[in-house]
Amino acid sequence: MSEPIISKDLIGRQSEEVLIEVERGAIRKFAEAVGDTTEACLRGDVAPPTFPTTIRIPIPGLTYDLARVLHGGQEYRFDRPIRAGDRLRCQTQLTDVYARQGRLGEMTFLIIETNGRDDSGKPVFTGRSTVILR
Amino acid sequence: MSSPVTARPQIRDLSSGTSLPELRKEPITKQQLVRYAGASGDFNLIHTDDETARQVGLEGVIAHGMLSMAFLGQYLCWLSGPESVRRFEVRFVGIVRPGDVLTCRGRVKSVASKSADHEVLIQMWAENQRGEQVTVGDAEVMIR
Repeated sequence: MSEPIISKDLIGRQSEEVLIEVERGAIRKFAEAVGDTTEACLRGDVAPPTFPTTIRIPIPGLTYDLARVLHGGQEYRFDRPIRAGDRLRCQTQLTDVYARQGRLGEMTFLIIETNGRDDSGKPVFTGRSTVILR
Repeated sequence: MSSPVTARPQIRDLSSGTSLPELRKEPITKQQLVRYAGASGDFNLIHTDDETARQVGLEGVIAHGMLSMAFLGQYLCWLSGPESVRRFEVRFVGIVRPGDVLTCRGRVKSVASKSADHEVLIQMWAENQRGEQVTVGDAEVMIR
């Protein structure tokens, strides 16, 4: 199997920690775009479970052509719900890179994890994305 | 706006294998993809610009996978409330295009009760108007 097009040397590389202030308006706008009728989300009180996708923090040195990207899968784990007014300290890390034979030939898989903690350091959520480069 | 057509299930009705009521969403529009791009911060033009989509071999714009995951997120919120979700995982297995009508379906995989709390594992998927599954996954929710 050939080398993935992203170097395995990048495994473990992290973003800086970014403070995300969760705004009521951002929650509402997200729920409205989805057509989510959940009242607490439309009010902007509680974030819908996929709201952490709005938190996008680049990892230094990790670049690829967006047109080649497929989103293979996504996982979220919550220690508690995300609410308006939360101040989340978030960080993203490339946790794995591997090549695999897929439907469209050999593809490179990236596993990118994002975690968010509250001001006191307690974990709030973890996201895990499988990104496929074709 | 989508509106659930059946009553929300009650926890006492849930047991392993129970089929959950469906949530049918409105047809996906290009306008929704632009709104979702703005709300989510995913500005990959294959979701909003037909020319870019064609340049990479698609027939036209395709929906964000995360939009169909968000539909399943709405489904979970409807089933058990937005504060109940502990884990939520999907795989994107099919392309979704403007005009597609997605329906969220699911079934209970297991229920574990710990005093007043019920940990429910839900198998769920979104399927299109042809009955093809486009996004499949499962979730763990905690219901009191």
